[in-house]
Amino acid sequence: MGFGQLPYDVAHVLGGAMLLVSFVLLYQRRIAALVNALALQGCLLAAAAVWQGYVQGAPQLYVTGLIALAAKGIAIPVFLHRMMRSRMPDRAVEPVGSIGLCMLGGVLLVALAILVVLPATTGARALAREDLAIALSIVLLGLLTMITRRSALGQVAGLMTLENGLVLGAVGVAGMPLVIELSTAGLVLVIIVIAGFFARLLRERFDSLDTDMLHPHRGEGQ
Amino acid sequence: MSLAALIVLLPLLAALLLAALPGQAVRLNIAASAGSLALALLLLAEGPGGAGLLRPDALNQPLVLIASLVGLGTAIFSAQDVAHENFDRRRMRWFHAAFQGFMATHFLALLSDNLGIMWVAIEAGTLACVLMVALHRTSAALEAAWKFFILCSVGIALALFGIIVLALAAQPLLGHGEQLSFAALRLAAQGADPALLNLAFVFLLVGFGTKAGLVPLHSWLPDAHAEGPTPIAAVLSGLLLNAAMLGILRSKAVVGANAEVIPPGGFLIALGLASLLLAGFSLWRRRDAKRLFGWSSIEHMGIATIAFGIGGVPGHMAGLLHLWGHSLVKSAAFFAIGRAARIKGGQTMDAIGGLVGTHPMLGWGLAMAMAALAGLPPFSLFASELLLATEAGRERPWLLPLLILGLLVAGTALLHNMQRLCFGAPTPEPAPMRAGIATLLPLWTNLVLAALLALALPAPLAAMLLDAARALS
Repeated sequence: MGFGQLPYDVAHVLGGAMLLVSFVLLYQRRIAALVNALALQGCLLAAAAVWQGYVQGAPQLYVTGLIALAAKGIAIPVFLHRMMRSRMPDRAVEPVGSIGLCMLGGVLLVALAILVVLPATTGARALAREDLAIALSIVLLGLLTMITRRSALGQVAGLMTLENGLVLGAVGVAGMPLVIELSTAGLVLVIIVIAGFFARLLRERFDSLDTDMLHPHRGEGQ
Repeated sequence: MSLAALIVLLPLLAALLLAALPGQAVRLNIAASAGSLALALLLLAEGPGGAGLLRPDALNQPLVLIASLVGLGTAIFSAQDVAHENFDRRRMRWFHAAFQGFMATHFLALLSDNLGIMWVAIEAGTLACVLMVALHRTSAALEAAWKFFILCSVGIALALFGIIVLALAAQPLLGHGEQLSFAALRLAAQGADPALLNLAFVFLLVGFGTKAGLVPLHSWLPDAHAEGPTPIAAVLSGLLLNAAMLGILRSKAVVGANAEVIPPGGFLIALGLASLLLAGFSLWRRRDAKRLFGWSSIEHMGIATIAFGIGGVPGHMAGLLHLWGHSLVKSAAFFAIGRAARIKGGQTMDAIGGLVGTHPMLGWGLAMAMAALAGLPPFSLFASELLLATEAGRERPWLLPLLILGLLVAGTALLHNMQRLCFGAPTPEPAPMRAGIATLLPLWTNLVLAALLALALPAPLAAMLLDAARALS
């Protein structure tokens, strides 16, 4: 299977679109748009999982896709939108560092992922290796998002991107046991619930979602 | 139902009960922990074997026993300690349920014979710990919990990527139904693509290494130990780090089965040495007593990692013995320092002093625990460090001076702090308070057991140590 064949092309397009959304997440300042981008990435992930299920003839991947759609595409974004509206109506924008530098860093990370994965996977199927390269790129971009954004919400967004990349990698490996996809999906839910819990706590105490406010408390209390 | 499954289910059931029932949390917690210990002893008597998702073997059985021992000690200690926390009823229930939930996930992580399930268990255990670290709801506790949560989530996510790559490497060689079991993975790794295995190991090491508190991924560890309730610090250091280390060991055994990979030992030695040296020097600058012991955990994980990196039967024996001894001694140290902080009304170094003069049993217990952590005889950490140094001298002579430098710097720092905390003029106490049997019993039991590990290692445990080391190398 290679370039020009339908299973390969569709998987490639879906993975590439997820990667593009990762770049959007890197620079988007408006919180509402950030949450929408997360939702879009969740939906793309669901489509990618379902497509892999169809190509590999693995019905359990349909379940993975459905879980991704329900949780990452719908439930979590709706919850985040609602929380933003009710808890912080006056907060629509959150700072990002220099956009140019972020983008440059992102491009370098994608190049790094390709350089690392492609030579290492010459034995594997073409679809699996390119999927893995895209997945690693998304994971690394998620890390970069977490580093460049200082707010608790930005870190949660980075973590979600990272998890999306992981699931994309997992569904791309034919015969990967279901237990992992299911648990990943379940755990992301738990993670977000707890993150929301923390965010609320932080807000109650500091009236802000900015973790920078916490730094005076770190270390040894001097 | 197999004994191994019972060990996982008992604390899980207890966690559900504790979450549901309004009263009797303390007694139920102790009873469940005692039940776990009894089951762990039975499991040890039954010996390795069993099939399916849970497979007790020579590597994890002693760790299960130590986990249940530390769990019971912590349950007894926390019976007295949480009374001072001013928790309301809901948070009291939450605390105990999360504790038993953590124990269940820990037993699952140790016993599971499937890399995927082990990963899920370690992640779930982390979430339980995050909740417990945040319980104080002070801003420092919140920052500690947030840092712990974010860093460990990233770490564990990277470990999952490693598992995916490992599955990709092993997938063409695996039969159906035995996916991701360690034995099957080891067999498959022999014929798998070495480049993919290298990639997988790097991610697994970074992922589980974050959880094990290895430098440079350690920064969550001192905060989480200092800001959460003391019983949590005891199980974080005594148990969670062991589960993460077991993940690294299992990954190393799988990847190392292939002759063409970059030898994993070198990575382990580098991370371990960095942890030992950084922690050794950091121990000199601590002003918070619980943070001091957090840093000492980083140091000891570093020592064990170096031992596993050197490898061979003696190296693995030294590393495993070090993990066992560290769990016992470090939890003892946390019991003592936790109680001392209650008595003196603060956990800074300046607040606690002259403990031996006012509370001899507690003071000497803390002094013994710190001497053991510094690597003095007759405790098992001395034996494992000696074995490690001998093996390092034989296998990697260049490593020996660095290793000894790290051990000396860290050991003298601990002894220096021991003198400040235990001897000298007693610091004032807000209200006179006794040490209490609930602290002294687990404290001295753990110390005696740690000494026994060195002086008179029971024959079945010794046989398991040898078997486990042979299986790993």
